[in-house]
Amino acid sequence: MKNIFKISVGFLIIAIAATSCNNSDSSKSKGALSSSAAEQVYVAPGEHDEFYAFLSGGFSGQLSVYGLPSGRLFKVIPVFSQDAEKAYGYNEETKPMLMTSFGEIPWGDAHHPDISQTNGVLDGRWIFINENNTPRIARIDLTTFETVEIIEIPNTAGNHSSSYVTDNTEYVIAGTRFSVPVPQRDMSIKDYKGNFKGALSFLKVDPDSGQMDLSFQILMPGFDYDKAHPGRGKSDGWFFYTTYNTEEANTLLEVNASQNDKDFIAAVNWKKAEEYIKAGKFKTMPAKYAHNIYNDETHSATTTWGTSVKVLDPAECPGLVYFLPTPKSPHGCDVDPTGEYIVGSGKLAASLTVHSFTKMLDAIKNEKFAGEAYGIPILNFEDVLAGTVEQPGLGPLHTEFDNKGNAYTTFFISSEVVKWKLGTWEILDRQPAFYSPGHLMIPGGNSQKPFGKYLVSLNKITKDRYLPTGPEVCQSAQLFDISGDKMKLLLDFPTIGEPHYAAGIPANLIAPKSKKIFKLADNKHPFATTSDADARVERDGNNVHIYMTTIRSHFNPDNIEGVKVGDKVYFHVTNLEQDYDVPHGVSMIGANTSEVLIMPGQTETFVWYPKQVGVWPFYCTDFCSALHQEMQGYIRVSPKNSNIELSWGLGED
Amino acid sequence: MKKSRLLMLLAALLPLGLFIFPLWNITLEAPQYPIPLGMNIHINDFSDANPFDIKNINLMNHYVGMKYIPDAIPEFKIFPAGIIITTIIGLIIGFKFNYKWFLGWFILMIVLSLAGLYDFYLWEHDYGNNLDPKAIMKFTNPDGSIMGFQPPLFGSKDILNFTAHSYPRLGTLFLALGIAVSLIAFLLGKKESKSITV
Repeated sequence: MKNIFKISVGFLIIAIAATSCNNSDSSKSKGALSSSAAEQVYVAPGEHDEFYAFLSGGFSGQLSVYGLPSGRLFKVIPVFSQDAEKAYGYNEETKPMLMTSFGEIPWGDAHHPDISQTNGVLDGRWIFINENNTPRIARIDLTTFETVEIIEIPNTAGNHSSSYVTDNTEYVIAGTRFSVPVPQRDMSIKDYKGNFKGALSFLKVDPDSGQMDLSFQILMPGFDYDKAHPGRGKSDGWFFYTTYNTEEANTLLEVNASQNDKDFIAAVNWKKAEEYIKAGKFKTMPAKYAHNIYNDETHSATTTWGTSVKVLDPAECPGLVYFLPTPKSPHGCDVDPTGEYIVGSGKLAASLTVHSFTKMLDAIKNEKFAGEAYGIPILNFEDVLAGTVEQPGLGPLHTEFDNKGNAYTTFFISSEVVKWKLGTWEILDRQPAFYSPGHLMIPGGNSQKPFGKYLVSLNKITKDRYLPTGPEVCQSAQLFDISGDKMKLLLDFPTIGEPHYAAGIPANLIAPKSKKIFKLADNKHPFATTSDADARVERDGNNVHIYMTTIRSHFNPDNIEGVKVGDKVYFHVTNLEQDYDVPHGVSMIGANTSEVLIMPGQTETFVWYPKQVGVWPFYCTDFCSALHQEMQGYIRVSPKNSNIELSWGLGED
Repeated sequence: MKKSRLLMLLAALLPLGLFIFPLWNITLEAPQYPIPLGMNIHINDFSDANPFDIKNINLMNHYVGMKYIPDAIPEFKIFPAGIIITTIIGLIIGFKFNYKWFLGWFILMIVLSLAGLYDFYLWEHDYGNNLDPKAIMKFTNPDGSIMGFQPPLFGSKDILNFTAHSYPRLGTLFLALGIAVSLIAFLLGKKESKSITV
């Protein structure tokens, strides 16, 4: 009897276990070690890359998203430039993103992407990128891969020493490359010296929303602040900036800014700055700057205006800034994962200079100063020097790090990537780059935790590397395997615009959080039409608002009459789809703007000015479904003085 | 208490699992759906296997003129009531009546389950064959008759670009186990009664 009882209970348990685990994921196991370069970069159809790489677009103003090791391009995220494909900067919702104190600007120069960090480790929440020309910093949300915020930086010109984040993303920074009169005024350029200023900006990042706030600026002497790097680990709380033109020349800089034997790395104690701000040692300067924020629920951006900024004068704030003499117009400023070493790449120097953070603190403590510049103490070169890498190559630019105590530096003039050892300063390997690398990127290579498997060299000159495309050719990236003792070139791949810096991150830190659709129920767009029953057309004077919906495979409404010449017609189009990868697009014959491309659950608006009497079509611009070609509609445009009432419909006989 | 009675009580309670777990699942696979579309059928509800699956099944099906899957059907009221009533009957039998009644409950449940399955088949048949005459796409079988899109009652079947799978889920297993355990309870009760008489 007992047995029957036990058997039946046992059967029950087995049966439950069997039915509850029949949906296990298919595992994607990778093969054993592979040897050839082709095998190493081959990602089979349907398989995914191991890393995301975000390459700045430089003069394209955008940010491109690649997979590594395949070098496949996934997306170009519009940031500072209009993008007709995605209606970015063209539709009514995103136009405010490109607003500045100079008005709407359709283009930008995007330079240095940097991924948010927690405890000095990439967290994959946001990516920040700076605009050099009209100083701005953008934030891109890595769940939607869309630009969600752009803030303009006042008192700044050539926002180049930007947009790097501190260990816990407390701050993202901006810094001026071109010193300018602050505040701007009408004065002779010849009076540059002593009168122009260089602003270093600190933008507080909200830990939950990621929203930036221009916290304060430090008004530095009129040098060029070229590149920057936050302290890491032990040097957390500091920021380091390379400077050139400490000569303060205002013309023919290639000669006149190359005269000093040494320029400086400026070490800024931002925790000290916070104390000074708290203590009220700042001046408040009027400043007008745009702050543009995109909201994922209203699917719209709004501009608010900043009116002032808190400014610290380092001469009045002891302990805030120190100068570390660094040879010959240093460009790259890079801090190793431990935070001890600060690498300054003197563009015109024969060796690489590495400063020691510990020695710097020592020298400051003992007040061993060689002098001062504009009230800022200058430390002795020898007192802060950790070591030099001798004869590394010509034209050093940028350095990244792996997780084994090695550094990798690009050399523009000798066109190579050089691997060297931190601490011993010996050169371990050198590999040619094709040609003239600028930045380089190792995923996590500027954080406390580099993922030292791949290195991407971002080359400035391409020449014969690909099939020719006339005088203008693409720029090129090169992928190296750095897992072994020697670097191994694996792949060339073309890039968008001119990649300056790039950022890489293991795909598993981002891919699982990537949004598939926008929930219709969360759509708070003021002109959203979330159900077919609400589709309608309304007239408000000369403005006609079409509340339109799309779903496979029709527009609602698709026949509209009563529109007149001289009207301003708003197409507010809501995509009712809630399925992954089913966008609909729409445009209207003669519309003086781009199409809109609407993701599921989203609402977008474009404006059309009917100019000629007639019946004019609109259609879906994205091949959405089997009946995409049928997804079309008509608007009847009547003369200005016509008295035809608005009417609309769908599917009526 | 006799083990047969304990088993009978267990048998009566097991179908309550239907209130927690789905009864049935229909999954549609297609090349464009690497994550298949799926609908879980509960005794009182239809639910998405993944968010918005039912909406997307409806969108697919409107091309061939199938009706939208309704938000509610009368069965969602009848089935839960049936389960609660039969459980109460089973419990009363388990406490008060002798083992012969266990067999009665077993037969009752078999009959009701078959009726449920037949009802499900009728709904599926209507859903798959009662098509909008203005359907966007009309397909015919090789013999010229209008092609239907009825998902299988049990098993897998290719329907155009989709492969449809229709299988019971955990809730049905609870029901089946309850029925099976009632039979065991009956057999056990029979043995127990014999050993007492001997």
